[in-house]
Amino acid sequence: MIMKDIAQVIEDTAVGLLKLAATELPTEVKEVLIKSENTTEGALGKSQLHAINENVRIAESEIKPMCQDTGLVSFFVKVGDKFPLKSEIKTALIKATKRATEKVPLRPNAVDMFKGNTNNNVGIRGYVPWFYFDLVEGDKCEIIAMPKGGGSSNVGKMKMVPPGKGIKGVKEFVVEAVAAAGPLACPPYTVGVGVGGGEDMCMNLAKKALLRPLFKYHEDESIASIEKELLSILNKLEIGAMGLGEGPSVLDVHMEFAARHPASLPVGVVISCWALRHAGATIDKEGNVELHPH
Amino acid sequence: MEYHLTTPIPPEDLKKISIGDIVYLTGTVVTARDEAHLKALELHKKGEKPPVDFKGIGLFHCGPVMKKNEEGEWIVVAAGPTTSARMEIFQDEFIRVFQPGIIIGKGGMGERTTKACQEETCIYGYFTGGAALLAANRIKKVKDVFWFEELGMPESLWLFDVENFGPLTITIDTHGGNMTEKSKKKIEENKNKIIQNL
Repeated sequence: MIMKDIAQVIEDTAVGLLKLAATELPTEVKEVLIKSENTTEGALGKSQLHAINENVRIAESEIKPMCQDTGLVSFFVKVGDKFPLKSEIKTALIKATKRATEKVPLRPNAVDMFKGNTNNNVGIRGYVPWFYFDLVEGDKCEIIAMPKGGGSSNVGKMKMVPPGKGIKGVKEFVVEAVAAAGPLACPPYTVGVGVGGGEDMCMNLAKKALLRPLFKYHEDESIASIEKELLSILNKLEIGAMGLGEGPSVLDVHMEFAARHPASLPVGVVISCWALRHAGATIDKEGNVELHPH
Repeated sequence: MEYHLTTPIPPEDLKKISIGDIVYLTGTVVTARDEAHLKALELHKKGEKPPVDFKGIGLFHCGPVMKKNEEGEWIVVAAGPTTSARMEIFQDEFIRVFQPGIIIGKGGMGERTTKACQEETCIYGYFTGGAALLAANRIKKVKDVFWFEELGMPESLWLFDVENFGPLTITIDTHGGNMTEKSKKKIEENKNKIIQNL
């Protein structure tokens, strides 16, 4: 009986998170976009940022998705050892994705290569929505919903940098990846960088890095200083708002590092458009829900 | 300069416009993304006509969020532009065959599209990427939808009546100008300088 109730709590909470992520930006993202509009001098760049901010205000007040591309859905889930549900969490989140597609509404974005659009954002082969599961101590379950648009996913990049190039090689690749994104993926961007692990892990870490609140730098000072250095040099690319050369190119850069194989230096770059969308909540074993600050 | 255009847009109106100008569009706009471009061109090759006459109207790179109201009519929820660069591989052919007046998207297009715009008198305008609700507010009516069952919501041809749709920043004009290509060259130069100094 309790089990069933908690599954329902998870489902209802996740519908709410998908709605919140689609309709309202995290506070620090809203703030930096408004600040960018105020400090941008060129009329073209200023007008693009004005349109973005106006659109964000309408989305929030009318509770509508800020962008028509409501993304491919992924969930980052941390499950406590003593949390009563395990695999049922997945079932509840899949149900939530279908419900949110109707309710928010979200654009149906799960396309099967052979059978076409599934019309409910759930893939027929079991991989979409995508789950990042982590097992942790305790009796709670943390869920973060992250819908990500196709335009900005298209400019993600991975490279196996020769280890001999070291950290300079990492920086060089990040500059190349953001320059290649140029005007394509709705700048100003937030850039997530994953270094180390393997060819898959670096991309996962890069995506995860986007979840860290803006301007909260890595707790390791040496990594934080590279994040700040990259933020400064990436803005020298002068991509500008919407790629028109005026205003910020990049709002922030976050990096995550894993150990690497001696022969490998994998670097993943995941880029978010200005609409850096995510929302989270923690559910305890009794089914009490605490929304994360948004 | 700021221009207010009405569809079907006469070619002489398009020729007045240069890159950096701002355009507001009133009249008919049809959405088309990758799949719709492909399908329209395939039909043309078979000697058949697509259900929409694109001549002189707005071609919008957009996959909207739509829903049905209580009367069962489609309404627009969110309708911003998608990344136009994906359409670069067939946009020139599409312009030559179907003669749209203005292409609306974001992120800019390349040399092939620029050449077709110059030769066939067409322009390309940026709508702010992601500003899907501002765009939806300028759509006054959903006139029709085609290919919905086959292509799904984002890829269908949605036919809209728009009023003062914009501001559209013109980045490709009928004179061979392409603002995005210029900024991309600058980004490339900046990139090389940054990498040298790392």
